[in-house]
Order: sequence, then structure tokens, then C-alpha cells
Amino acid sequence: MTTRTMGEPIPRREDPRLVAGDGRYLDDLGRGALAAAFVRSPHAAARVVDVDVSRALEVDGLVAIYTYEDLEGPMAEPLPLLIPHPRLHAGRTAYPLANGVVRHVGEPVAMVVARDRYLAEDACERIAVAYEPLAPVVGLDAAVAAERAVHDDVPDNVAAHMVQEHGDARAAVAAAPHRLELDLSIERSASMPLEGRGVYARWDAADRSLRVYSSTQTSTSVRFALAVKLGVPVDRVEVVAPDVGGGFGVKIVHPWPEEVLVPWAAIRLGREVKWAEDRREHFVASAHERGQRHHVSVGFDDDGRLLGLDVEFLHDNGAYTPYGIIVPIITATQLLGPYKPGAYRAEFRSLYTNTVIVTPYRGAGRPQAAFAMERTMDAIAAYLHRDRAEVRSANFIQPSEMPYDHHLTFQDGRPLVYDSGDYPATLDKIKKLVGWDEFEAFREEARAAGRRVGIGLACYVEGTGVGPYEGAHVRVETNGTVVVATGLTTQGQGHETAFAQVAAEALGVPVERVTVVTGDTRRFKYAVGTFASRAAVMSGNAVALAAGKVRAKALRIAAEALETDPDDLEVADGMVRVKGAPEREIALETVAVLANPLRYAFDEQTKLATQFVVGRGAEDPPVAEDDEPGLEATDWYSPVRSTFANGMHAVVVETDPETAEVRILRYCVVHDCGRLINPRIVEGQIHGGVAQGVGGALYERMVYDENGQLLNASFMDFLMPYASEVPKVETDHLETPSPLNPLGIKGAGEAGTIPGAAVLAAAISDAEGFFIDTMPISPSELWALREKEDG
Amino acid sequence: MKPPVFEYHRPGSVAEALDVLAQTGHDGKVLAGGQSLVPLLNMRLAAPAHLVDVNWLGELDQVPCDAGGVRVGALARHARVEHDPGAAEAVPLLGQAIGDIAHTTVRNRGTVVGSLVHADPAAELPAVLVLLGGTMELASAGNRPRRVAAADFFVGPLESALRPGELATAAHFPRPPAGSGSAWVELARRHGDYAVCGVGVLVALDQGLRVSSARAALISVGPVPVPVDLTDALAGQPHDAADWAAAGRLAAAAVDPEDDIHASAAYRRHLAGVLTARAARSAAAAAASRLEASA
Repeated sequence: MTTRTMGEPIPRREDPRLVAGDGRYLDDLGRGALAAAFVRSPHAAARVVDVDVSRALEVDGLVAIYTYEDLEGPMAEPLPLLIPHPRLHAGRTAYPLANGVVRHVGEPVAMVVARDRYLAEDACERIAVAYEPLAPVVGLDAAVAAERAVHDDVPDNVAAHMVQEHGDARAAVAAAPHRLELDLSIERSASMPLEGRGVYARWDAADRSLRVYSSTQTSTSVRFALAVKLGVPVDRVEVVAPDVGGGFGVKIVHPWPEEVLVPWAAIRLGREVKWAEDRREHFVASAHERGQRHHVSVGFDDDGRLLGLDVEFLHDNGAYTPYGIIVPIITATQLLGPYKPGAYRAEFRSLYTNTVIVTPYRGAGRPQAAFAMERTMDAIAAYLHRDRAEVRSANFIQPSEMPYDHHLTFQDGRPLVYDSGDYPATLDKIKKLVGWDEFEAFREEARAAGRRVGIGLACYVEGTGVGPYEGAHVRVETNGTVVVATGLTTQGQGHETAFAQVAAEALGVPVERVTVVTGDTRRFKYAVGTFASRAAVMSGNAVALAAGKVRAKALRIAAEALETDPDDLEVADGMVRVKGAPEREIALETVAVLANPLRYAFDEQTKLATQFVVGRGAEDPPVAEDDEPGLEATDWYSPVRSTFANGMHAVVVETDPETAEVRILRYCVVHDCGRLINPRIVEGQIHGGVAQGVGGALYERMVYDENGQLLNASFMDFLMPYASEVPKVETDHLETPSPLNPLGIKGAGEAGTIPGAAVLAAAISDAEGFFIDTMPISPSELWALREKEDG
Repeated sequence: MKPPVFEYHRPGSVAEALDVLAQTGHDGKVLAGGQSLVPLLNMRLAAPAHLVDVNWLGELDQVPCDAGGVRVGALARHARVEHDPGAAEAVPLLGQAIGDIAHTTVRNRGTVVGSLVHADPAAELPAVLVLLGGTMELASAGNRPRRVAAADFFVGPLESALRPGELATAAHFPRPPAGSGSAWVELARRHGDYAVCGVGVLVALDQGLRVSSARAALISVGPVPVPVDLTDALAGQPHDAADWAAAGRLAAAAVDPEDDIHASAAYRRHLAGVLTARAARSAAAAAASRLEASA
């Protein structure tokens, strides 16, 4: 018998702290630190001719002003290209401060450090930068036309060109009995966490050590990057991610210009320095995503079965490529969803424009992929006058075909092989949940009342839990508490709760006894980060493995104390017991004491473990040669490849016949992320994901003008949905455990977002009777489409 | 997003406030609810050298109602006016329109007079004042207070007839004639956003419950609120079966909207028609029920 905590919907233990305003976010730290602010380019493309700081020097409280000229060594070189790829033939990254050229509005040109942020901004305002503006490249058309280049040495603006193919897709399309061609576009949006980026650095001159707090999705990697950039030995650098107010992808990029400059200035000045990004900076100086345009050629048979699928697309990667081409690679490979494509070919070009860079944003290329694939499925169904669910069903990979090899290479460089999933069962569930087969009756009823309604369905498969690895350390303290540390970070996912559940179950202790630390390199030095729906899969399994090791050690020590065999013991509720003889038991905290022979006693518990009380034979060392003191262990989880979660969304919308407003009447989600650690947390992930999916489909976009100015760089004009715009989400789960990891889990973080644009486009199209090929869509645009349809 | 240096004044009386404003002239700016001003300061889009905080002037926090209408003092918050029973009885349109201003937190702090002085072409209250033919009361040191009619007060986008050194002490919303009803309808991208298009309509019925006159004022379709007389389209028609679409066509023809990032000019013009028709129908229904209740 073990204490069951896995799978229980226990409340998130971090919520009382976070909801009551007791979180410790970046700007809550370092009250006495100097403040940094940045002079940023007002031009999308320009040469920097001169930087005149003379008027800024008059600002009382000014401490320092830095420009590119002040940087030397690795700091004077471009920032790292984090994920090189052979197909990224012209990858480019920015300098920490502009080196003679700026390539997007918002690029940092000078850094000011002052007594407080007010004064720092005063000084920024007084720095006169002379620019020679250049004609910018804005939008995919301009990038392709290449009349101007974003980087002089990349005259065609093409950063990467990649083709993946299995079979002869073009021949298969040409030979198919039916063919369709579609152009499908998605506009830019952004992660837009409520807390922007932020960095706070403390340099201890006597110790020659650096501590940096960063609002990041990867503290371990920031640590290594800073050591390289700043020339400080890595063992003298600590990086801590405090409470982080959302990441969604943007905070996986590192090191940001500000992230190296703030510690660099702290070392130079010997003072604490802090920078907390404001919202305007976040819009123009962090990252966006989603901007892609796809051309689909598809050939299919009379049942709508895919025979050949040929997709070409253009990806707008902005001015630089620090995160490589992960997003378009994911689109190219995840486009296939739950379907067998026949022959498949995907070709993309990743293009430079004079706009903010791109990083993966929750979904990371999959929302575009699902939009392209699912709109294609709808188009096939319309062409054949068949039910949209039926056409999808005809193309499903069957459970008996798992593992299913697509013969493509995924974003982690590994073969794209689906490990598990039951797509027909998922479809059954979503059809039941939304009432797919009863919808026509509802449509007629609504029509009779002068209402216009529509229904949409969209499927997705999501590769989650990418490697290379995560690790965890689990220790039982002599007071009985269990401390878990893992290196990946937390941005609100509930890791303190979920990992505690995993450890509690693996160890056999009440979950309340377990505390969890994440994202602190003082506690765990090796990790990758939190992104790609990987935390539960990667660290979850590492915690389970490390806790399993601790349990084994506890059984061994307890067996000696109880003079029995470890196989005869079990652990439950924090007690190690002889099976069938529960009166013979020893508390886990006592085992922890016995595991650590002591010379000194400092409380009642440790008195039990000093050398005159316990000890091995007189001729044996107190700690055996092959043993270690302490009841603790570290272990690692490194999967062969990603595990593939899946799901389906179905939506019912109503469109206003006069105003073209779109109202979501039902939003249904069926989701399979394998075994659930905590259903409540999974539901929360789905709800939050749906909110972002709805935002991307109906509200959010980045509106650049022809000069490369972002016209809606505030929360007044960038329309993130409020609670009032997010529908009630109805969910159902399917659990097909992953065979790839011990816990059988698959990632759940992005599932809610991925099919948002696809399913809403489908439902609106269904309500309106015409095909929507571009998202997001506003009432104004929907009305314009109606006018066009009506001639 | 931190404001530059400014001098902060906290006058203890209206007279003192007027003195400070007279001294600071163009460099002075009144701080009431701060819902527009503070973001402008933080984004450094406005940088007044002096801020005159009127939040301590309790004498301005009054909403007296009488047979003539509602006089809203400069410190009365939106929420106060929205929920004031006297104001609701005298000028129902005030509460109807205020309900569409942003969110509760903003309405708890922002002031009616502050919104009027800010003169945002997308704001609700300037249209309400124009539709009702209200007036602004403007005070300045050493001068008698002057009254400016709504039609003359709103000069352009974010531009009013308020002069440097003046304090808007109150706005007067006249009570609409007996037998009339009002409605406010707007379409916003998200709950509480500035309207893509909004319209207030005032309909007066005769004893036979037929429309005797109807007027509208629209927002977000011109530099200032656009008043439209709908009487020609509706006069003499029954309160529950008038040609609302014709009223909408009058409104659509009267406005001159522009494209922006949220909507095209053509869509806004279309909305002006649709929303005016809807508001006119609701206003007539409200007038009828008021008449029937008083009968």
C-alpha cells in the first residue's frame, strides 16, 4: 500500500501566495539597486551616426551611460545563436548594444544607469542619437521581393531554407483524383506575460562572485551564457529565477541584451543594478511569433483520404535569429497532426524583416500548422460534400499503428515517431461532448429565430517533453520533510504542487511534507529549461527516479535497523514498515538520521545518530565504501525522443448578422496527455491555453506600418482577451499513457492554444457559408468579407 | 514608463486651485481621477510642469439633481453618478452610457467631468452632453465662471474649449422632456474598450405613443461627437413599429469616420446605421414604458 497522490486534483499550494500578492517577482527584489534604462531605436532600419550624451550628464543621480564603444571582449561580439542548424545558413544575432546599425524599432542603442528609474529615463530622453534612416523591410512580401536587405550580407533576406519530404508528394498530388490549392495565413501575436523581462545583478567584489536574478525560463543556461560573456568563472556565477509572472516562450531566449548588460554594469560599477522591463519595451524589444503564410497543394481520393500533401510556407523571423529556426521546423513536422498524409513534402523559407525577433510562443509553430492542416481538411470535406469529422476520421493513424514513423526529423533532431494516442476514441469523445451529430437541428432552430450559428472541429498532435534531459535531487531531512530540487524553472505552472505529488507518491510520504525548489542554480546546476510542454515529462520523471533511489536507500537502511530484508518492507505515510507486521516500523526521519552518522548533536533527533549511539562494526568505516551519507539522491531523465500528446477542440459560434461580431457559445476540448499528475492543474493549463488561442484567433495582432513602426504597442490597442472574452471551457480527458517514460505522462502546457485559430475559423466559416483563410479575424474584417461575398 | 519631474500642488479650496492654475497657466494640468492623465505622464506623452490635484476639494464632489437636470461636480466619480438614484431618475442616459465606460475599477476612480475635459472622440460622456444639450461650468481666478454649451465645448480630438488657467467645476446634464426615452448602444472590441462606434439616442413620444422627435449623438466616427437629428425618419410613426432602418441611414450618412487599426471607415459607417437603429428602437420603447408608467 502506498500513499496515493498522483492523479489527485489537489489545490495548487503556490496559489495562496501568488493570488494574495505575496509573490516575489523580479521587481520586488533589489529595492536599493541602481536602475537601468535603455535608449532604443525609433527607426526600423538606420545607421547610428552619433550618440551625444552631453545633455544627459546634467541629470542629477546619473551613474553611467554605456554605448557599444564601451563593450570589449565577448561583450563586443554578437549575442549567441542558441540553436544552430545546418539549414540556417545565414543566422544572425544582435549585439548587446547597437554596433553602428539598428534593425528594428526598440533595438537598444545606449544603456543608462541612475539612482532610480525616473532619473534613468530622464537621462535617456536627453541622449541625442543621430540616425541615418534606411528604408525598412516590413512584411513577408517585402522580405521576398528583397529590394532591400535587413542584413547587408544576406541580400535575399533568407535566413534559412529547408525541405523535408517523405515519398514523392508532388507526383502524388498530380496523380490524385481530386486536388485543391489553398493559401492560408496567420498574423503575428506575442507571448505577452503579465510580468515583462527583468534582471537584477549583485557583484561581490571581495568574493569575486556574481548573483543574478532573472525573470527567465532557463536559469541554468543563463548562468553558463553569463560566465562566457562576462569572463567570470562559471562556479562564481549564480542565477536565480524568482517567481516569474508568465513566460509562454519569450523568456526562453537568453541571454537578452539587457540580461548581459545589467550584470556587466554591476561588475563594472561594483553596485547592484536592476532593470525591469516596461510594457512598451516588451512590445518592441522582446519577441513575437506566429507570422506565417502557407501554400497547400493536396491530392485526395473520393473518401477524402490524403494521397499527397505539399506545403510551402514563409516564416517572418524578424531582424535576428537567436533561437534558430525551431518555430518553422515545428510547423513543418507537426502539421501532419493525427493524419497519414500519403506522400508529404514541406518546404519553408525563414525571412528577415525589420521587426522584432521571433521566439517560440505557446504552441510554437503548431497553431499555424493546425490552421493549415485543419483548414485543408475542411476544404476537402466541402469539396466532397462530406461530413468534416468523417473526412478526418478517414485519415487517422490507428492505435494499432503506434508507434507511427513519419520518416521526418523533429525539432529535437530525432525521428518524428508518434509513441501513443487513440485518435478515433478522441474524436468520439469530442463529437459527444459538443453534440456534433445534433448540431444541424440546433442550426435550424437558430435560423428560424434569425440567428446565425456555426460549428468547427480541429485536431492536433503535439510533440512534448523534448530532451536532452532534466535532473532532480531528493533529500529526506532528519525532521521528516522532503526537499526536491530541479533545475528547470517555473512561471506559474504549479510545479511546487505537481512535483511534490510525484515525489510523495514515489517515496510514500504525505504530500504536505514535500517542498519543491525550481530554477535556482545554487540548488541544482544542470537543467535545460521550461518550454515545449516538457516540465512534467522531464523533471516529473527525474523526480520520480530520484525519489525511487531515495526510497531504495531508505529500505536498505531500515532493513538493517529492523533486522529484516528490504524486500519485506514498504513505505507508507512516511513510515517504513514490515509488510504484514505494521508494528515493526521506523519513521523515515529516523532513517534519515541513521543515514548520516554524526560527531555532533544539536537536537533530540541528531542525538540518535552520534558515534557513541550508532555505528557499524569497529573494523568498518562509519560510511561504507560504496555508500554516501545522507538520505538523498540525484537522478536524471533523458528520453530517446519526444512523446506525442494529442487532442481535439470543437467550437460553436454565433455571428451577428448585422455587426459581424463573433460570440463563442461553446468551447469543448478533449485532451490526451497520458497519465495525469494533477487533473486540476491540467485543466488550468487547458483553460489558459484556450484563452491565448481565442486571443490569437479573434483579438491579437501586431500592426506594423510600412515604416516598421508597431502601431499598437500598448494594452489599449493590442487586444488580449479579458475574462469577459474567454468562453467557459468544457473538457474531457483520454489517458493513453506514454510508453516512453516511467510515469507514462505527456506534456499538457500548449494543448489549449494550438487549434484555436483553426477551430474558430472553421466555426465562423460554417456560420457564414464562406471559407476563411486568414486569421485573426475582427468584426470589421468579417463584415468586409461578407460585403465581398455579396458582391 | 516613469513620468518626468513635475511640481505637485494640493490646493485646499477651489479658490486656491484657481490661483495655482492662474499662476501656472499653460504649464499646469488638473489631476482628478487620473485615468487618462497618469498613463500619458508615464508614457511621457504629456509633461506638464505642474500638477494641480483637486482630489481633496470635497466641495466639487456633489451631484445635485433638480427639475432642470443633474449637475455633476468635478470630483464626482463615474461610479457615483452611475449609481446615483436621483441622476438615474432625472437623466437615465447618464447611467446607461457610464455603464459602458471601461471597467468598475476605472469607474471607481475616473470622473465624469475629467472625461468631458479630456474630450476623447471615442468617449461616451461628451456625446451624452451633446445629445442632451448640456453645458460645462468653467471657473478661473478673478473672473466670473463661464458656461459653455456642449456643442461649443468639444473642439477636436482631445481638444476642448477649456482655457489655460481654467478649472471645469461642473457639467450640467439637462433633464430630457417628459415623454422621452433614451438608450446607449456601443460596440467595443473587448468588454470595456473604447467603442468602435457608439450612439446615444433620445426619442420623444406624443400622447398617442408616436414619435414626435428623435436625436442621436455618435462617437468614434468623427473628431468630436456627431449629433444627428432623426426626426425626419421617425416622426409620427408608432413607438414600436417605426422605420428604424431609415433612422440608421440618416446617421450613417451624417458621420465621417476614418480607418484605424481596429476597424475600417466603411465598417464604422455601417455600424453607425445599425447601432443607431437599435438605439432608437430601445429609446422609443423606454419612452413608451415611462409614459405608460406615469399614465
